[in-house]
Amino acid sequence: MKFQLSRMLLRTPLVSIALVSTTLMLATPNVFAVVEEGRSAQENGLAVAQEVDARDVGFQDFRANLTMTLKNRHGEESVREIRSRNYEMTEDGDKSLVIFDSPRDVKGTAFLTFSHKDGDDDQWLYLPALKRVKRIASSNKSGPFMGSEFAYEDISSQEVEEYTYKFLRTEEMDGLECHVIERYPQDKKSGYTRQVVWYDTQHYRPMKTEFYDRKEALLKTLLFEGYQQYAGKYWRADVMAMENHQTGKSTRLEWRDYEFQVGLEEDDFSKNSLARAR
Amino acid sequence: MVAGLIAVAGLVPEAKAIELTGSLGVEARAFVDDAQFSEQHAENGSVVVQPELYHDWSDGDQSILFSPFFRWDQGDDERTHFDIRELRWLMVSGSVELRIGLQRVFWGVTETQHLVDILNQTDLVENVDGEDKLGQPMVRVDWVQDWGTVALFALPGFRERTFPGAEGRLRFPVVIDTDNARFESDAAEKHVDFAARWSRFIGAFDVGLSHFHGTSRDPRFLLGEPVAGQPRLVPYYDQIDQTSADIQMTAGGWLWKLEALHRSGQGRTFNAISGGFEYTLVGIFERAWDVGLLSEYHYDDRLEDAPTPLEDDIFVGARLALNDVQSTTLLVGAILDVQSDGTAFFAEASRRVGDRWTVSVEARAIAGTESNDPLHALRTDDFFQLELLRYF
Repeated sequence: MKFQLSRMLLRTPLVSIALVSTTLMLATPNVFAVVEEGRSAQENGLAVAQEVDARDVGFQDFRANLTMTLKNRHGEESVREIRSRNYEMTEDGDKSLVIFDSPRDVKGTAFLTFSHKDGDDDQWLYLPALKRVKRIASSNKSGPFMGSEFAYEDISSQEVEEYTYKFLRTEEMDGLECHVIERYPQDKKSGYTRQVVWYDTQHYRPMKTEFYDRKEALLKTLLFEGYQQYAGKYWRADVMAMENHQTGKSTRLEWRDYEFQVGLEEDDFSKNSLARAR
Repeated sequence: MVAGLIAVAGLVPEAKAIELTGSLGVEARAFVDDAQFSEQHAENGSVVVQPELYHDWSDGDQSILFSPFFRWDQGDDERTHFDIRELRWLMVSGSVELRIGLQRVFWGVTETQHLVDILNQTDLVENVDGEDKLGQPMVRVDWVQDWGTVALFALPGFRERTFPGAEGRLRFPVVIDTDNARFESDAAEKHVDFAARWSRFIGAFDVGLSHFHGTSRDPRFLLGEPVAGQPRLVPYYDQIDQTSADIQMTAGGWLWKLEALHRSGQGRTFNAISGGFEYTLVGIFERAWDVGLLSEYHYDDRLEDAPTPLEDDIFVGARLALNDVQSTTLLVGAILDVQSDGTAFFAEASRRVGDRWTVSVEARAIAGTESNDPLHALRTDDFFQLELLRYF
């Protein structure tokens, strides 16, 4: 179960890396225009996606803990405690290690994921009761992650190349000016025809995503709450709340203990490290 | 690199308290047919506890794991048993991992038989599927490199296989006398075994090559001294050399698996393979359900002389995962003997209840076996099993 939640968004042209990494940029966010009149909606949509990605380049590595709360339509809750470690790759997709602390029957179960820009990710599962590391199929993008309302494709490392885009409009949402873009998954195995995403125009953080299923019906809405900035640059939401409109179920992810650039190395994301993850 | 490994191993920089987790469970079995032998029982109850103590320090680059196991069994004194599944110290330094103590190590890729998995002895009284293993004393060193991981094992101290006693179901007609096992080596259970393994993944392939030199985990059987007028078999453990390979190819929804071994020292030299596939269909019936279709073939070139029932057999099965909050799964399958009508059926289902309980049901049955099939001994031991586990 690929788990990159925090890299929810995207990658970028090299040109803008230097620009975003300056504090000047943060003070005067619209030094250059991401969205330009006269360009096509497709070009502007892609430009927003690239800008979002550019803002998150260079984090190197981070770890974080999260609580996943599943709620059914009767309001009954079920809780999972999860730890996540992530390593940024420049040429290819990122690597991640995810460890379950609860429910207790899956305690110690862990997933190692090497995400790829092209093709399926590589993924291994560690089963502590059997001491077994098992390579698993990662082609199930549309399936639910641990019984939650998040599909694997919602939480996997996302690359700009995985969608085509269309810029819709700029509008205010909850007091923030947002660009609204529509994006279309390129993978036939995706469970969606399209997603509509709101990004604030100052920091290019996702504020809301609407997911439309294969029948073009509104399936889910994801809201991002409580953004904090880490390592002087990287914005992460404290809460991601996913609501399924068709089933009445919801899943809430509460993030904490974010630590960036803690010195994780690529070697720390191996089958050996998976088998001794605690 | 050292800093990185330390960082990954220890999430919290300050020293952590000792962590106690584990499970406590009850199991009930009901047998469908009358017992073959008068000492055996129609129903059986059992209680199992498996705590786990864990502590790490030095920012997690060292740790100790202690996992004892105890089962009390109503019907079979041999199944009432204690084991230390793990009691090991781990140290990580750079690209080297050192583990000393009682441990469990799994090798392999297939589901219905773990052909190449040899380091740990099977705890056969636990279940006939052979998935349960006894803790093995060992010193293990892993060296992780770009070209693969090399693991070296020294294994002092041999663990004998557990077998059901006279009152236990799922046993041979002649009871195995586990108190009088014999060994080819004069050092008997004190013989020090050695093993080496190289493994790596290359794109879609996960590959492991292993060699084992030492006491066979699979015994042969000799006629022993009668006990109370009843004949007894004693296990005889040969000195063997086993070279093996295990390979999995992962492509889209397909997993292709192969295990193969070459063993000498136990009667005539022989070869065996297990191989097959698992294909997963996702989003079945317009729900979030996944269905996995599995098939495996097992072959042992000793054929009818092979002590294993899986000498020329095909497994077909299906796995259903509901992907729900309770992680409900169901696995059903049949293992068919190619050279006879002998078939073994099984079904396993499990589901979480609340946050701390799981309930599992299991059923096993055998039909059509002939007298030369090792499974024939179990032909009247079809059973249903219910297990409740509470995690703490």
